[in-house]
Amino acid sequence: MYGYAGRILHIDLTTGKTYIEPLNEEYAKKYIGGIGLGMRLWLDHSQAGVEPLSPENPLVLATGPTSGTIWPTGGNGHAFVAKSPQSYGIGESKSHGSFGTELKRAGYDAVIFHGKAEKPVYVWIDDDSVQILDASHLWGKSPAETEDTIKEELGDYYIRVAAIGPAGEKLVRIACIINEKTRAAGRCGMGAVMGSKNLKAIALRGTKDITVAKPDEFLEFVKEFHERMKGPATKKYRTLGTPENVLVHNALHCMPTRNYTNAYFEGAEKVSGELLNERYAAKIIGCSSCAMRCEHICVVNEGPYKGAMARVEYEPLWALGPYCGVDRLDAVIKGSELCNYYGMDSISAGVIVGFAMDCYENSILTKEDMDGVEARFGSHEALVKLIEKMGKREGIGDILAEGVKFAAEKIGKGSEKLAQHIKGVEVTGYDLRCLKTAALGFAVSFRGADHNRHGAYAFDVKGKVNRLKAEKGRGKMVKDIEDVYTIIDSLIICKFSRGTYYKEFEDLSKVYTLITGFETSPEEMRLKGERINNLARVINTREGLGRKDDHLPYKVMHLPIPDEGPAKGAYVTQEELDLLLDDYYEARGWTRDGIPTPEKLKELGMDDLIPIVEAKIRKA
Amino acid sequence: MVKIHERKFVSADPDKCVGCQVCEYICAWTKEKTFNPLKSRIRVVRLNPLVNLSITCRLCEDPPCVAACPRDALTQSEENGTILVDEDKCNGCGWCIEACDYGAISLHPEKKVVFVCDLCKDKPDGPQCVKWCPEEALDLVTADVLAQKARITATKKLFQEALKVAPPT
Repeated sequence: MYGYAGRILHIDLTTGKTYIEPLNEEYAKKYIGGIGLGMRLWLDHSQAGVEPLSPENPLVLATGPTSGTIWPTGGNGHAFVAKSPQSYGIGESKSHGSFGTELKRAGYDAVIFHGKAEKPVYVWIDDDSVQILDASHLWGKSPAETEDTIKEELGDYYIRVAAIGPAGEKLVRIACIINEKTRAAGRCGMGAVMGSKNLKAIALRGTKDITVAKPDEFLEFVKEFHERMKGPATKKYRTLGTPENVLVHNALHCMPTRNYTNAYFEGAEKVSGELLNERYAAKIIGCSSCAMRCEHICVVNEGPYKGAMARVEYEPLWALGPYCGVDRLDAVIKGSELCNYYGMDSISAGVIVGFAMDCYENSILTKEDMDGVEARFGSHEALVKLIEKMGKREGIGDILAEGVKFAAEKIGKGSEKLAQHIKGVEVTGYDLRCLKTAALGFAVSFRGADHNRHGAYAFDVKGKVNRLKAEKGRGKMVKDIEDVYTIIDSLIICKFSRGTYYKEFEDLSKVYTLITGFETSPEEMRLKGERINNLARVINTREGLGRKDDHLPYKVMHLPIPDEGPAKGAYVTQEELDLLLDDYYEARGWTRDGIPTPEKLKELGMDDLIPIVEAKIRKA
Repeated sequence: MVKIHERKFVSADPDKCVGCQVCEYICAWTKEKTFNPLKSRIRVVRLNPLVNLSITCRLCEDPPCVAACPRDALTQSEENGTILVDEDKCNGCGWCIEACDYGAISLHPEKKVVFVCDLCKDKPDGPQCVKWCPEEALDLVTADVLAQKARITATKKLFQEALKVAPPT
């Protein structure tokens, strides 16, 4: 098989046994790789209702067919899949760098971690040799320190490592898995799942050859994409980077500020992408095989946070900055660095701090509750202290480490109205009150609140629709773009490169065909994307999620935007949400309860999953 | 012996190199029809996110790799200065690898003989890494051109003010 290593590695951490299973070619064709293949493997190896932080929740690491090749941005991705300790539905998170390419060269399309090790361990995959090694000396270390120590003790600089930090060890629900020091599989708490298995790190060395089915045409196509990546479709990522969004969103009044109290931040100029690049961006670097490079490495050269260094993108900048009312980029960079140190999703971390500040401002949490921290909106000192407390699960940090949904359940006193999440996953930097296509995309996203499952905000922000209006037709728009996004995450290619696929499914199917040799038409490619979205929904249905979970955060539905300007008064009513959901479910061919129908599954070639939905449809 | 202006080698500009490894992929593909950095004649080092550089053979004068080989398996080309490996003589002992200050010569994982950049001698358009580098960080240069570039950069820095008022050239 081209594009695939053809093998799946199982590692049972309870027994220490490992075994290899050949990759089922039908699965490769149906689910591509990455999150598609990963979710299917997770479904096959888990029981309904499994507790996310129990040994019975397998953690799947998967690469896609582009991994290991020179395909621009494609060579380098990997995905983690498991049940999320935040959403209790399917969790998935991708990262880039050079880790995925190494796994493919080691000869695996996916690795499934089962069970739980008795003591802290790390797994060392050296081509065909797989060892489970003691990690007691790594426990408590940051992912970067862990990586350095492992490279040193295994004696090879080119070994690639993905690790959890102290937060993952302590089962912080927003813990992430970091590879190559600055790259995170951030969302959905995959680091907590890894920590629950006592698995500190995965170290890889792959020496095997990778080739493709049609090399000459493939290289021609690579060259064409190198040219496309020099063009307008990637300009933003190559220049200011995603932090360009700060001033754009602020002008549209769609930047949630101070825990969704406002949609406009008066301090935006002080945390703009322009200023970030002028003062702090020291170097822009690239992942393995990338021809556009985007990673803005930012360094603080003076002041209280002197020496802090982190990669900065819009989302973490927004979460640690405007969402907490903080207007200092040095504090944002420090906050990001701390999130990398403890191994936490910096988007969720910022949203949780914003939530805690809101609780403090509303006297739900007192200074005493906060361990003496004056958690006013805008306090950069409080931001930094609360991130540290969360990473250590110390004092109030122990409650905040649960994520806003579960923290609010513990705090009570109406704090659930301040907890801005969907399916337990914290919101991201798009004010859904005035971006109603995005609101639908976020509500139905199978991994909880997220912009990266659909990118539906683009229709609103770019003015392709009336963003303040909920109307029929948005369902199909969200469905269509979701079907592209699942392909992107399964191949795996980088979302920042999506604009270079001018002909969308035609380009995507061509890449897939040239690499794998499986002749695939654009329509067949689209079907794969649709199939993977349905697969995710079937999993969530099995785990008990449904229409009630396709909700929006409290403030989005109850607190109209107060700021004078283009979005004043905007919010989403229950009627609007119902209209959007009905429209989306209809476009998807699902029941009114949001369950995929047996007919739909049949059409997508997933007959074997029909019993899961039939049981739920009968109940509903 | 090859003249100073003819002895060209591949050099990376550290300010431009982003560590993307495209050079490794295309080198391994060109020479061995595989996407495998272990078979690339050029390798990328990322010391930390800010420090990235790809490195290959610099065609030294009196190359220490040649001097170090106990089996006389290595010679330097009279024509262009590249290091030639006699694969029949090489037994993979690694003395040349130790002798090279730049890590530019490596042991082939399967053939168990050393390999090193040959400037893509079979390619009419020259070294493929230079052609494919998305950042234009790689260049086929002589030592003299590198010195010229450094001198010009230094002079520009020293005379920043003067250049602002200088007439356009």
